[in-house]
Amino acid sequence: MTLSALFFYLFAGVCVASAVMVITVKNPVHAVLFLILAFFNAAGLFIELGAEFLAMILVVVYVGAVMVLFLFVVMMLDVDFAELRAGFLKFLPIGATIGVVLLIELVFILVAWVTAPEIAAQAPTPPVSQMSNTAALGQILYTKYVYLFEAAGMILLVAMVGAIVLTLQHKREVKRQSVVRQVERTRERSIEVVEVESGRGLS
Amino acid sequence: MTIGLSHFLTVAAILFTLGIFGIFLNRKNIIVILMSVELILLAVNLNLVAFSAYHHDLVGQVFALIVLTVAAAEAAIGLAIVVVYFRNRGTIDVAEIDLLKG
Repeated sequence: MTLSALFFYLFAGVCVASAVMVITVKNPVHAVLFLILAFFNAAGLFIELGAEFLAMILVVVYVGAVMVLFLFVVMMLDVDFAELRAGFLKFLPIGATIGVVLLIELVFILVAWVTAPEIAAQAPTPPVSQMSNTAALGQILYTKYVYLFEAAGMILLVAMVGAIVLTLQHKREVKRQSVVRQVERTRERSIEVVEVESGRGLS
Repeated sequence: MTIGLSHFLTVAAILFTLGIFGIFLNRKNIIVILMSVELILLAVNLNLVAFSAYHHDLVGQVFALIVLTVAAAEAAIGLAIVVVYFRNRGTIDVAEIDLLKG
């Protein structure tokens, strides 16, 4: 058994095992941590496939940002997670049935599947000796697929604006600066000059 | 024994099935459902990258990048909705999300 096969079975085994733990573990914080482990091992599989850039993106962006977001939300919500697991065993048979049926279908596809002979590479991968994976990806991403790239940027922008709009809340008791009211303030409305007779004081 | 395309496709198929299974298993906990969706998208990405590597075609990796973007946006919006819902109702039980009378 070669070294690459050994690493494949290591990454694939840990990935599948931690995916099982994600959906069965009791504590959601542990589920998020197992999901992070699954993503790390998937990044290992990506590296074995020669997609280093995607592997790094998976670790940096996905594990670093999205999973930490998950972790924050799980820790922020004060939910009784044991109560949410009440129907766990009730849903087990139907879930297992559908899962097994789906897996059998996918296995059938895998067994009967052949590559179409007329398939031709749209953007052939240059050999690694000439160009790194990141450079090759950048060369087609910023030229041929630049509109796709812009669309991805727009999706992220809309998601960011949407998430902020959804979660932003204005509290009544917090005093805020109102620039309009500050600017429209005039001298006449702000101060009043009164003549006070001596000994009388202001009523 | 060399590692071929079908090995990677098998791993992706198992991950995909586990994601579907997780949705059925944790039907009340919306956070674990979101995590199962992440697993499914990871399986899809693994498929795309495996095909890209074995057909020497970089388009699969470009597509995987877009899937990753959409998955990140989906996670952000989904978690924002969960936070807002929890703030309003004090629960995230999927069975009790019935304000729209669906």
